[in-house]
Amino acid sequence: MSRLGLWGLKKSPWVYHVAAASCNNCDIEILELLTPRYDVERFGVVLVGSPRHADALLVTGVINRKSLPRVMEVYEQAAKPCLVIGVGTCTCSNHMFKNSYNAVGPYDKHLPMHAFVPGCPPKPEAMILGVVKALSKL
Amino acid sequence: MSEEQKSTKTRRIVPIGPYHPLQEEPEFFKLIVEGETVVDMEINIGYNHRGHEFISPELTYDQIPFLVERICGICSNSHPLACVLAIEDCAGIEPPPRANYIRSIIHELERIHSHLLWVGLGGHFIGYNTVWMWAWKYREHVLQVFEMITGNRNHYAANKPGGVRRDISKEQVPQVLAALDLAEEKTKLLTNAVLDDPVILGRLANVGILTKADAIAYSTVGPTSRGSGVPWDVRKDDPHAAYAEVPWDRVVFEEGDVLAKAKVRLLETFESIKIVRGCLENLPDGPIEARIEEIPPGEGIGHTEAPRGEVFHYIRSDGSNRPLRHKVRAPSFMNIASNVVAVRGGSIADAALTLAAVDPCYCCTERMAAFEDGRLKYTWNDLLKLSWQKTERLREKLK
Repeated sequence: MSRLGLWGLKKSPWVYHVAAASCNNCDIEILELLTPRYDVERFGVVLVGSPRHADALLVTGVINRKSLPRVMEVYEQAAKPCLVIGVGTCTCSNHMFKNSYNAVGPYDKHLPMHAFVPGCPPKPEAMILGVVKALSKL
Repeated sequence: MSEEQKSTKTRRIVPIGPYHPLQEEPEFFKLIVEGETVVDMEINIGYNHRGHEFISPELTYDQIPFLVERICGICSNSHPLACVLAIEDCAGIEPPPRANYIRSIIHELERIHSHLLWVGLGGHFIGYNTVWMWAWKYREHVLQVFEMITGNRNHYAANKPGGVRRDISKEQVPQVLAALDLAEEKTKLLTNAVLDDPVILGRLANVGILTKADAIAYSTVGPTSRGSGVPWDVRKDDPHAAYAEVPWDRVVFEEGDVLAKAKVRLLETFESIKIVRGCLENLPDGPIEARIEEIPPGEGIGHTEAPRGEVFHYIRSDGSNRPLRHKVRAPSFMNIASNVVAVRGGSIADAALTLAAVDPCYCCTERMAAFEDGRLKYTWNDLLKLSWQKTERLREKLK
């Protein structure tokens, strides 16, 4: 990664939220981050509507056969360099769905992951910590 | 323009999804439009299918509530509640009264947080983010109560076959009541502000009308049907837990538009607060779980009113510690289909809001479906084969 790219990523990361096949819980907790109690917009974190604008992708849920090609497409559309952060235990290990015929995860089989935030769902504080750790690793 | 010219007007397709800025979950709507007007819609789901009904028979009855909890993160008490009701129906046991009251308390707190969440997202959908921020700020009080009495902000793991897993202690009761007072005050403020706002009224009134006849024809449930004048509510019609023992009223509106659904949700929040308060004040003493010795062969059903409508669980037992078959019917499955009539005739700008008005929950809906997107289609036998192949592969690996 070029130094300019790194510099661009570190400040005010814009995130795009990709729900692969989640139970919605990590998703609402991600939205919770933006609302007044946690308000990560203070640090310049903005949820954007298009992966092309994103510095980081927050992926949630087990990945299934139907959502896999779509998630890959979303990743390809994202401007590189781009962080990929898995939120929730499902992203780390398929969680309870490891015996499911439809789960093709975990994510690191398909995407270059930068950080995982385990928890079902992780607390918003843990998600903030995950993003901070992923950024400080750069 | 004459009728003939209208029908020859070019039809175009506007896709919404599977990844769309307004949607939290992946789902795909194909809007067929003539100019600005939506004339038809196709619904394509399956992006969220994880195979719960397949995994469930591999687990024991004690483990299943934790699995069905993960069907949906927003209604994560209704699925376990319906599931344990089905298991108890099959085993023929009654939970003790205190457990029933605690179940009602958790269930209604969940409804408060879910309805406030919808109101917030509804504001977000019409580009009115102030409403979103407000509603979610006040929802936070309820989540704190959850963290206090169940140990987690979401996924409460409150239910188990025969009762509940955690008791509410005497010290916690006044704290919950205080949090409820706060939540009620703030929700009142929010309700008045939302229902008085000319911008919101302009965007919601007479948009996405679902008539009473359509609501019945499409078997819609929950606030979607109650907004169209169909007063179905499992809590009144087939009382379970402690719903028959505390006073509360149904909320029904006749108009069928998005505003009516919003009103139903906002006013139901107050009914839920009333129920929780009534339950906490009359909380009986005693054990919180009944012991289940065995689950005899047979079948059991359980249903409950989730924030989005009726959740239905069916369990068939062969006398072992695992079910033979577990079937789930989630409310959004019925409600999403009614979108097709609700969006017809509206503008594209209103479509996203109309689609969101049923408070769709795709993760609830998609557990067992043979899906097809041009390439993939699985029948039950194909799924079995896939599963066997996976088992074979696992065995190979373990050798």
